[in-house]
Amino acid sequence: MNNSVLKTILSFIGLVLLQVIICSNINFLGDLNPYVYVIFILLYPVTKNRLLFIFLSFLLGFSIDIFLDSGGMHAAASVAIAYIRPLFLKFSFGAAFDYQSIKFSNTDFSQRLVYFLLLIVIHHFILFSLVLFDQNKIALILQQALYSSIFTLIICLLLTSLFSKKET
Amino acid sequence: MQQLFNFFIKNKTFVLFLLLFSYAISLTIQSHEYHRSKFLNSSNQITGSIYGTFHSITQYFNLKHENQLLLEENSRLKMMDFSQENSIPVDSVLEYKYDLYPSLVYKNSYALPSNYLTLNKGENDSIKEDYGVITSKGIVGIIDATSKNYSRVLSILNTNSRVNVKLKKTNYFGILSWDGKSPEITQLKDVQDLVKLSVGDTIVTSGYSSTFPPNIPVGNIDSYRLNDTEDLYIIDVKLFNNMKNLEHVYIIKNTDINELEALNLSDE
Repeated sequence: MNNSVLKTILSFIGLVLLQVIICSNINFLGDLNPYVYVIFILLYPVTKNRLLFIFLSFLLGFSIDIFLDSGGMHAAASVAIAYIRPLFLKFSFGAAFDYQSIKFSNTDFSQRLVYFLLLIVIHHFILFSLVLFDQNKIALILQQALYSSIFTLIICLLLTSLFSKKET
Repeated sequence: MQQLFNFFIKNKTFVLFLLLFSYAISLTIQSHEYHRSKFLNSSNQITGSIYGTFHSITQYFNLKHENQLLLEENSRLKMMDFSQENSIPVDSVLEYKYDLYPSLVYKNSYALPSNYLTLNKGENDSIKEDYGVITSKGIVGIIDATSKNYSRVLSILNTNSRVNVKLKKTNYFGILSWDGKSPEITQLKDVQDLVKLSVGDTIVTSGYSSTFPPNIPVGNIDSYRLNDTEDLYIIDVKLFNNMKNLEHVYIIKNTDINELEALNLSDE
């Protein structure tokens, strides 16, 4: 128990630093940045305590916001995907999975890919709607959200394969 | 009442989500309005010191480029000095109308519609809000929030940014803003259509506000067109500054600022 709490805290701090120091300064092709901190929300253990999970997601987005001077954009997007996550867990991994027993490292790659992709796209769409904040720029919002999503997805998949322990 | 409590307890996840989400949205809306986003920002102690720690590592990557810039500036100043060796200014009052504080950029962004910079000077170095920030090549932005040791700059690459500038040749003035598209091009508006323009004309600060002294270079005209009502120009200005690569900047303090503020207050 203690071990997993420590792991959560460390990954929280690590991801915030990784995001604000490195990932927000990549600016690939002019303005593309991956938002890798969402991996915290994607891979948070599936527990009963959803209140704590939603609050942690808010805190994560909020810390990013303070660093990047972006008001509450990241916080809003993070809270939103944290709230709708169970829906996508069920959709991607099937209802056959008992909620409590999902271990992300044991799931199929294709299932994990769908799960990541859906949540990342939703997160980025909310994020860029709030960043641009202009209903006349829907096309630009969609375009930026899509490109950044692909970028984030690739980095997230790399990170998970890097840090995953194969349980044999 | 009991039922209300029961409802909240039953839907506590949704209530918490709604609460946090609406709080985040309200912060976002505030951040889109100028002068209302100062509540929480990257110039506080914790974020400032973290940015500072990592900056002390990354600053070595830019040393070559920065040296080049400083050399260019030095040679320009030396040239000015040599060409007027007899006229050492006697009027010291004029000379010290503005104080310059050198500062380092800890955090910079240019890819968002609202960009801010974090600098390593703050209230302890007598930096206050509304001081201008420039580099040796052109303007960068205006300080909009400070803490003890750090300050935040509203970059000219921010859709909320407004700077008073003028055409160097004809002295017609207008307002420089940004449409959020390219980090190299800003827009100059409110110049009347009877002014003669040509591509390449230099734009400088007007000096009408207390923030920037007059005649600080801003950029040159990239292209221009008339606005919808066809009485004012919209001019695309290519910035002299490379906003993507900022390291050493100067903060300008207008030493008359208290007097000017007092005047403005007595007006109201």
